[in-house]
Amino acid sequence: MARFVARRLVSMAFVLFSISVLTFLIFFATPGVDPAARIAGRNADQATLRAVRKDFGLDRPIPVRYALMMKKLFITRDLTSYVNRGAKVIPQVLQAAPVTLSLVIGAAVIWIVFSVAMGLLAAVTRGSPVDATVMILGLIGISMPVFWLGEVVNLITQSRFHNTFLFSWVPPLGYTPLTQSPFGWFKSLLLPWLTLAVLYIGIYARVLRSALVEAQEEDYVRTARAKGLSESRVLLRHALRTSLIVFVSLFGLDFGALVGGGALLTEVVFGLHGIGKLTFDSLQNLDLPVIMATVIYAAFFVVLANAVVDVLYAWLDPRVRRA
Amino acid sequence: MGGALAGEVAAPADGLSVGGGSPWTIARRRLLRNRIAMTMVGVLVVIVALCLSAPLYSEYIAHTHPFRSTLDGTTIVNGKSVPVMHADTSGLGLGVTPIGPTWDPGHYLLGADNQGRDVAARLLYGGRNSLLIGTAAALLTCVAATIIGLLAGFFGGIVDGVLSRLLDVVWAFPVYLLAISLSTVLLTRGFALGPITLQAGSLFLPIFIIGVVYVPYVARPIRGEVLSLRQREFVEAAIGLGASTWRLLWSDILRNVITTVIVFFPLMLAIDMLTESALSFLSIGVQPPNASWGTIILDGQDLLYTRPAVALAPGIAIAITVLALNVLGDGIRDALDPRAKLRGAD
Repeated sequence: MARFVARRLVSMAFVLFSISVLTFLIFFATPGVDPAARIAGRNADQATLRAVRKDFGLDRPIPVRYALMMKKLFITRDLTSYVNRGAKVIPQVLQAAPVTLSLVIGAAVIWIVFSVAMGLLAAVTRGSPVDATVMILGLIGISMPVFWLGEVVNLITQSRFHNTFLFSWVPPLGYTPLTQSPFGWFKSLLLPWLTLAVLYIGIYARVLRSALVEAQEEDYVRTARAKGLSESRVLLRHALRTSLIVFVSLFGLDFGALVGGGALLTEVVFGLHGIGKLTFDSLQNLDLPVIMATVIYAAFFVVLANAVVDVLYAWLDPRVRRA
Repeated sequence: MGGALAGEVAAPADGLSVGGGSPWTIARRRLLRNRIAMTMVGVLVVIVALCLSAPLYSEYIAHTHPFRSTLDGTTIVNGKSVPVMHADTSGLGLGVTPIGPTWDPGHYLLGADNQGRDVAARLLYGGRNSLLIGTAAALLTCVAATIIGLLAGFFGGIVDGVLSRLLDVVWAFPVYLLAISLSTVLLTRGFALGPITLQAGSLFLPIFIIGVVYVPYVARPIRGEVLSLRQREFVEAAIGLGASTWRLLWSDILRNVITTVIVFFPLMLAIDMLTESALSFLSIGVQPPNASWGTIILDGQDLLYTRPAVALAPGIAIAITVLALNVLGDGIRDALDPRAKLRGAD
């Protein structure tokens, strides 16, 4: 186990390093473009351009520039936006993080509960119309663009049916911090949670169903039945537990990806000022330092989350350690 | 997103008894018998045909130019001439509101957008771009992933080490963030590397970006499959017979992994179309005045509460197309390999 963890940490460090290099190269070394002009924003004057060149060391070799950039991001943390004059980038990122975490954690709870329920229901009623209906609902969830679904939700709850008893509780778009009002926090996030969860409910219900169906053929399930256990006990204590292994590994990847920017579209549509919205806003005025900071921070989080999941996974399932 | 590959729809009960023939014939017969999948083929054919006939629609039926704004134009509703953009009577009356859906194919069937352009015509033109980008990106992904997977799995050693690490890095990079980084840089100034130059508004940019970010999703399972194929007796037999490397790769390995690639293609196409719409919605995909289903949803965002049809129509189009592709993809997987394990998610 210790060897597995050590190996995983080394590979994590490698991936982190590569991602930072890749991001750096994308922003600073794409052929045919002057990075100073990009960082300074649209219609920057000569003085700003000179300041940018000096600040980011653009007259120096690429490895030096890389080191300077990383220093600004992680050590001195004084990366500055030029478009948004003088605004420090890192505090903005840290301020946005709780919003994204609130959104993703809530959505994850919803999608786990619903997808396990739907997956179990479909597996139990395999081949029946109930099974087909649940799976088709899942497919529809997978097939809708999440930002469009969010707009439809807004259309219904903010405009068309807002004044009916069903949706009169829906607050205007935006985020209420948990510390300010727990109930307000819940109300402001309930619809974004559901919207974000729809896609994953679809995916996870389908994955769980097929894992459960496969488990029905396994010897240990037959043994459990032969022992005379009740059908629900066989399903919940034997089949479901092994099927959850696939589920857990998938969950780690998706959770990491969502915190690391995958929730961007949901944040934009619902006006939640998380990491994704920060990236989106900087994209609108091409504020490259902010985009780069969010991308690198987010990618680091994803890699970290994946490594944690892998270690947990190896701890849960000893077969993985040898692979 | 990778999880969308990993679903399963109940295979038809008669899927196994389809007589003799080559594996391809059997698979084709099985697919043709799958009524749901064939319905989806029909749906897709209709969608593609409609989108391809976009110029015919805008030229001969709607008589409109889908890319030119017509702020002071007029159209005919119930025999009366009305302006396309009429002054907003609600609220402060400062803005103008485009005409809503008339349900008359000749005159703004789905209404107009903020610039007085016919939404129905733009929907068809946008569909062409969405389908084109999705197809081209899925092709790019599948071809690149097959080559990388073959090389990494077959040659092993240092080739595998380098390629696999490369895939790991792209894999660890969140898809939208990688796409955003690439688009921010490429879309502002275009791309120039040696003889290759791409204009900033070129459709090749979203194709390239979307195609590249999904390569690991396909390349990793293919590499795994090649690794296990390489241990099989028929490959050792071929080596024993003195087959050349290229012959091994071409006729023993590639022919056996090609079914995986075919299974992946419709699912990648579905994912690529969703990604394209998301990037275009973030204004880093298809660039105006060109349209795609994603950009039309973006156009409709400001009109959401007054003229919801502008945003609703392209979303429905995307959902139907992607749903059809997902169902068809399941059908193809069941036809090619009814006992296939779920791939792509791990």
